[in-house]
Amino acid sequence: MTVNRLSTAIGTTRTEARMSNGLLPTGVQRRTIDGTERLATRGEPVYGEPTDGEWRAWAPDRSKLGAMFELEMETGLEGGETVLYLGAASGTTVSHVADFAGPTYAVEFAPRPARDLLETAASRPRLFPLLADARKPETYAHVVESDVDAIVQDVATRGQARVALENRQFLADDGRLLLAVKARSEDVTREPSDVFEEVCTDLEEGYEIFERCRLDAYHDDHLGVVARPR
Amino acid sequence: MNDSAPDAGWFSGVDASDLESAAAAVRDGSSEVSRDWPALAVESGFTADRESYYDALKEATTAAARSAIESRERADDRQLVHAIRAMDDCERTANELAERLAEWAGTVDPDAGTGLEYARELASEDREAVAGEPAIRSLAERVADLGDEADDLREFVERRAPTVAPNLSALAGPILAARLVSLAGGLESLAKKPSGTIQVLGAEDALFAHLRGHAPSPKHGIIYVHDAVRGTHPDHRGSAARALAGKLAIAARVDHYSGERKPELEAELAERIETIQARTSDADIGNGDDDGEPAVDGDRDDENGGTNE
Repeated sequence: MTVNRLSTAIGTTRTEARMSNGLLPTGVQRRTIDGTERLATRGEPVYGEPTDGEWRAWAPDRSKLGAMFELEMETGLEGGETVLYLGAASGTTVSHVADFAGPTYAVEFAPRPARDLLETAASRPRLFPLLADARKPETYAHVVESDVDAIVQDVATRGQARVALENRQFLADDGRLLLAVKARSEDVTREPSDVFEEVCTDLEEGYEIFERCRLDAYHDDHLGVVARPR
Repeated sequence: MNDSAPDAGWFSGVDASDLESAAAAVRDGSSEVSRDWPALAVESGFTADRESYYDALKEATTAAARSAIESRERADDRQLVHAIRAMDDCERTANELAERLAEWAGTVDPDAGTGLEYARELASEDREAVAGEPAIRSLAERVADLGDEADDLREFVERRAPTVAPNLSALAGPILAARLVSLAGGLESLAKKPSGTIQVLGAEDALFAHLRGHAPSPKHGIIYVHDAVRGTHPDHRGSAARALAGKLAIAARVDHYSGERKPELEAELAERIETIQARTSDADIGNGDDDGEPAVDGDRDDENGGTNE
């Protein structure tokens, strides 16, 4: 929350500066909605988020990618990319991604949240829902195209690094992996920083890590990672 | 479908206007590698251009996801409730009949055994002693069949429970999970019960005796069969049951409202039970019921432990 307040206090000049230096993709803006400055994308509202005309707020405390933007990580996204989204759940984050990106493949394994995902996807013609297990890429490789520009991964399972490595085949050589690591999914009893260290070490088998940042301001015991295939 | 070509796109051999087979290809197909499917689709004449490829993909993936979700969700809690109740009925009846059979066969077979095992023996092999009594043999077959049916139903529950309630099944085991869902009358009503109620599900007689004022409050119901409770020293079973019921309540809610797996619940429970079980050794040394719990909690333990065991 501190970051949010800070940027609000500094105000519009900072907003313009940020937009011009291209940290946010086209299609994502900081807008004042309900009196606070928030990230926003244009699209059909999904989860009762506040809106301002056709813009709808993107809550960083409900979305790890939203938190990564809010914490000013350099995601390398510019808008219009082809995206493979692993762990779409009920579609909160992936709906925002589809708002600013191009063709977006959303993989989710659990049927209950996937039902909500279908509703989210209904108003987004380039959001493709796939009921599949992100640990088994062969079950959707016949649908997801190769050389996607970005993989966004937010899966609450053990072996998060392995999931990223196994899905690397879809990513273009200069593509980006935007990964939210949930420490408690790997091992609840261990110190999160130790878990993050281990996940990142495993990840380096196939990726070059550009940036890592704790998302604790919005999500307890989560690490945001930006990486590129090696 | 893609069975013939292991690395073909979902659209290969599919007519773009045939949504049903397109959806089936998305749902059931697979490929070892990913390729530039949009370009290949246009090249193969599946669609005229990239945009119309994505339109077709949108329709096919939506239909595939919808049908996959429907069939996965049909694995619903009602099936589980019926199965676990039928399993109990079969087991109970088989045991009852096996007793009757053993008594009867005992009159002609000097080596008569007891129970379901003996019934299975009689049904499967020709025993000299009962050879002249086809009625006994026939009853034995019936009993053995019922026993097999109970085993099949148990297998069914063990397979089905993890899809209906993944977190609850992981925490409680599939059979106990199914019993809890059955006692509550469904996963939704289980998800809406406070953990104190889940703690005493299956101990209704004791609970109402307590409410009428002439019995101590029960510490646990059906969750007694869980290792976390049974493996804990009697003095601390109240605490263990309360901790377990709390996690089960959370698991049931996650299963009903979100359906996502939360493996951390198991580790949290294991940690909590370890703390509780460690008290037994503490108590041996001194007067230690102290793991940093709030005082109120501790008091309630003593009350439960003191009056009802």
